[in-house]
Amino acid sequence: MRGNLIWVLFRRELASYFATPIAYVFIVIFLFLSGIFTFYLGNFFARGQADLSPFFTFHPWLYLFLIPALSMRLWAEERKGGTIELLLTLPITITEAVLGKFLAAWAFTAIALILTFPMWISVNYLGNPDNAVIIAGYIGSLLMAGAFLAIGSCISALTKNQVIAFVITVVVCLAFILSGFPLVLDFFSGWAPQVIVETISSFSFLTHFSAISKGVLDLRDFIYFLSLIAFWLFATAILIEMKKAD
Amino acid sequence: MVEIKKLSKDFGSLMAVNDISFQVKQGEVLGFLGPNGAGKSTTMKMITGFLTPSAGSVTVNGHDIVQNPLAVKQRIGYLPEGAPAYPDMTPASFLEFVAQVRGLRGSNKQSRIEDTVKKVHLEGVLYQSIDTLSKGFKRRVGLAQAILHDPEVLILDEPTDGLDPNQKHEVRTLIKNMAEEKVIILSTHILEEVHAVCTRAIIIADGKILADGTPAELEAKSQFHNAVTMTLHCSTAKAKQIRQSLLNLPGVQKLETLAKNNSMQSYQIFPHAHRSIIGEISQHARNQQWKVEELHVNKGRLDEVFRSITTV
Repeated sequence: MRGNLIWVLFRRELASYFATPIAYVFIVIFLFLSGIFTFYLGNFFARGQADLSPFFTFHPWLYLFLIPALSMRLWAEERKGGTIELLLTLPITITEAVLGKFLAAWAFTAIALILTFPMWISVNYLGNPDNAVIIAGYIGSLLMAGAFLAIGSCISALTKNQVIAFVITVVVCLAFILSGFPLVLDFFSGWAPQVIVETISSFSFLTHFSAISKGVLDLRDFIYFLSLIAFWLFATAILIEMKKAD
Repeated sequence: MVEIKKLSKDFGSLMAVNDISFQVKQGEVLGFLGPNGAGKSTTMKMITGFLTPSAGSVTVNGHDIVQNPLAVKQRIGYLPEGAPAYPDMTPASFLEFVAQVRGLRGSNKQSRIEDTVKKVHLEGVLYQSIDTLSKGFKRRVGLAQAILHDPEVLILDEPTDGLDPNQKHEVRTLIKNMAEEKVIILSTHILEEVHAVCTRAIIIADGKILADGTPAELEAKSQFHNAVTMTLHCSTAKAKQIRQSLLNLPGVQKLETLAKNNSMQSYQIFPHAHRSIIGEISQHARNQQWKVEELHVNKGRLDEVFRSITTV
């Protein structure tokens, strides 16, 4: 794996977001929706607390629809346009290509996330929040976005069709979110042994994300997201190797 | 040198490439001919490392494509079918990207890009998005990308497809100028292209090599090889006598009438076993004092050879 090549791929990919309206549409919608969720659904003002938890609480749901829209093109577009043949006959490895593309998409969500800084400024203006918790929230949110993107990357590698990639990614991501929800856990907790309930719950984005976003920086939550990312990217590389010519 | 040994590729029950072997040396321009679905593109995709062979091997200057794919890919320039390129990029940024991936740096990179842009005449559209370019320009962007790093081996899948006659001529000239120091393999449907640029041609159908030789050797397989076309002035009344006298010549096997009217007759005269019969015929015509309008030898038609070989 050669860092300079990943960097070259990364830059091309990131630039391509901004060469099309994707970047602007995504960022505007992301900022708009996260604002609505925070102020209306999250009762940011009425709560009377100087923190950003109403902001972060809705991130899994925001990502559920926005991240698949970003990830669906990662490989499906290369397949459709035939550029996958060009890319994979250049002197790069599939791992480098997978990483370059993924990191660009991840960096792009990081940019969108950074642009929510007015939220942070407002809360600091209105009160004295614990900024360490807020930073932890941002880190957790970014890690979760990475996991969504890695899932999306893998599913995008399966098809030429971006719409199919989008829909399947939403469903898989939903499963990962819901596995920590009482809705699902209650269903199991009545009869299944505690170990199984905990295992299902431990796969949940929500469980891990809410821990980090409350400022609890547990190594296990980091490992959870990072290993999830590694697993799905590994699967992406394998699928591309197997199916690149289809 | 590109060496292909017993190469096969199957897609499930479909045998796309079936046990083919050949070598191409530096200075050779190999034309890959065959009907659609013959296995041309699949073979090229295996040489360039996009597809993994089901069996057999590809080595490029001693490096095996499966064992050492990066070493092979560095030495190859490849124009995939349809010349794919990122539509949202400009030719300038696209070539910059490919140059960086190819490991070109600094002033060397700059001069390679400038050189290539000049060679394929992209100066006018460098900063337009590839999406908006005409088919001819897109093809040239693909070609530029392939020759950018001055590769030892050039694999071109239908390099002139969709170009107008002038552009075709330019691309062929470009290929010929590079031929001496490279190994070039190109696929084409256009048989005149084989004459124009190839030093050797392979005809492939159903994944198998059916013929391998210089264009002249392939043409010699044509039934028109060394056949003579003759047009002469004569009245319809005398035509039958003329035909008979031609058929009586020892080298002549058969004769077809191409066109006739009351003052002109045009014949295609076929020799026995591809012998040269033009001397005999011209001698005969002079002796008989025919008024000959046209007399020439056919080399053979590649398209006819192609058809007779690839349709069973």
